[in-house]
Amino acid sequence: MRAVLTVLSYTCWHLWFALAWPVIAMAEQASIIVQSTTSTANSGLYDHLLPRFEADSGVRVNVVAVGTGQAIRNAVNGDADVLLVHAKSAEEEFVTDGYGVERFDLMYNDFVFVGPPADPADLLAASSATDALARIASSEALFASRGDDSGTHKKELSLWRLASIEPFAASGTWYLETGSGMGATLNVAVGMDAYLITDRATWLSFANKHEFQILFEGDPLLLNQYGIILVNPLKHPQVKAKAGQVFVDWMIGGQGQQAIAAYRRDGKQLFFPNAR
Amino acid sequence: MQEIYSSLQLAFVMIGSFDPDLVEIVMLSLAVSLTAVVISLVLGLPLGAAIAMSHFRGRGALIVFSNALMGLPPVVVGLLVYLALSRSGPLGVFNLLYTPWAMIIAQAVLVTPLVTALTREIIEQLDSEYAEYLSSLAISAPGRLRTLLWDGRFNLATVSLAGFGRAIAEVGAVMVVGGNIDHLTRVMTTAIALETSKGNLELALALGVVLMLLALGVNLVIALVRPVDAAKQRQPVFR
Repeated sequence: MRAVLTVLSYTCWHLWFALAWPVIAMAEQASIIVQSTTSTANSGLYDHLLPRFEADSGVRVNVVAVGTGQAIRNAVNGDADVLLVHAKSAEEEFVTDGYGVERFDLMYNDFVFVGPPADPADLLAASSATDALARIASSEALFASRGDDSGTHKKELSLWRLASIEPFAASGTWYLETGSGMGATLNVAVGMDAYLITDRATWLSFANKHEFQILFEGDPLLLNQYGIILVNPLKHPQVKAKAGQVFVDWMIGGQGQQAIAAYRRDGKQLFFPNAR
Repeated sequence: MQEIYSSLQLAFVMIGSFDPDLVEIVMLSLAVSLTAVVISLVLGLPLGAAIAMSHFRGRGALIVFSNALMGLPPVVVGLLVYLALSRSGPLGVFNLLYTPWAMIIAQAVLVTPLVTALTREIIEQLDSEYAEYLSSLAISAPGRLRTLLWDGRFNLATVSLAGFGRAIAEVGAVMVVGGNIDHLTRVMTTAIALETSKGNLELALALGVVLMLLALGVNLVIALVRPVDAAKQRQPVFR
């Protein structure tokens, strides 16, 4: 009995060192942390870009994909070297408050309204993004909101304001705030036949669409601009400013911009580079 | 139903093909959770046994408190560990956030109360059963503790399994402190959450099947060293 235990613990210990330790020790490797949005990560963009960047620079990039609001809060705490999100005014505030060095436009795509094919609010006939929201509100058709202070949520709230509609009184009836990521909210919307606003990249790469389709698109108001910011090492001395700067320069430079433009999913371009 | 069937198929295809990404995620899950459980046992076993065998004012309150800690929500533990390990937090200088160590710490915080509370329960019961033997032999307190821990070893093995189950299954804490970084801090549960959010429900469920097989494997290993009728075999052994 004791012999069995001894052999077993011996084996476990060696297995741990042989297999697990290298995985854990990998954290020691030189690397930067990028706080980013779920849309860029879930669409597979980083799987396309990062191997190219890592081959060019030798810097490993670790992407933490959360909503824009949480990404900015984490970066304010210094838990990022680079911030890559999509909420321009919040990004500018981040820089003005001294947490970021400088903000650069990186790339864009657009937001789209998706919903069930029955289209109870007749979004197919909508003339603008605000008209689409007005149709949803007046027909009290189910609408799933992120409700999580993400870039997409901020955009949605700005559209409601432009449409002069106050949906929050209806929260829990036809206006559903999931408080979750884009993918989780899409799953909810598909399950409940609710409309929602999503960025096009997440929509195109989302696999659980069922019968859902894009019902309104093309309003200039639906522009989805991504920005990239180096976190300020003056606020947090541990920020790896040098490697972070290399990443920012690569992304807004020729190679990064071309690599972004070259990324396709099912033959469709998901992000359009526009760094100046 | 069709989805569940195809998920099962996918799970076995993934296991059979030794998909390198899957192997990496599985190894990291095991390494993190097993390490966390070992740390919890080192802290929780002596602590639980000490509470069981001692008498002091406020002991009852401490027991209620430690029992309540068993219900700590993982996401709250994740937040607390995040705030501690953040670069702007008290332990920020160690640069542990978004590393496997952060996940180990978070899971150890989750599991230690469980180990402590269950150990206290088991040892207290044994202690009252053995009270006459032990006091008639006038064994010292440390010897008493050793005897009780050794004789409770099979029940304590179950405690460590419960702890492992809580660690390997939780997603809230490791998501916050690990960040679900590909090839660095992605474990089974965060991978499942990620695939669900991408709408890849079949792949997510297949990963879930792999996770269950993993838990089954660990339980089998423990079952091999633990006699089925362990409870009947329990007799005081004085060494």
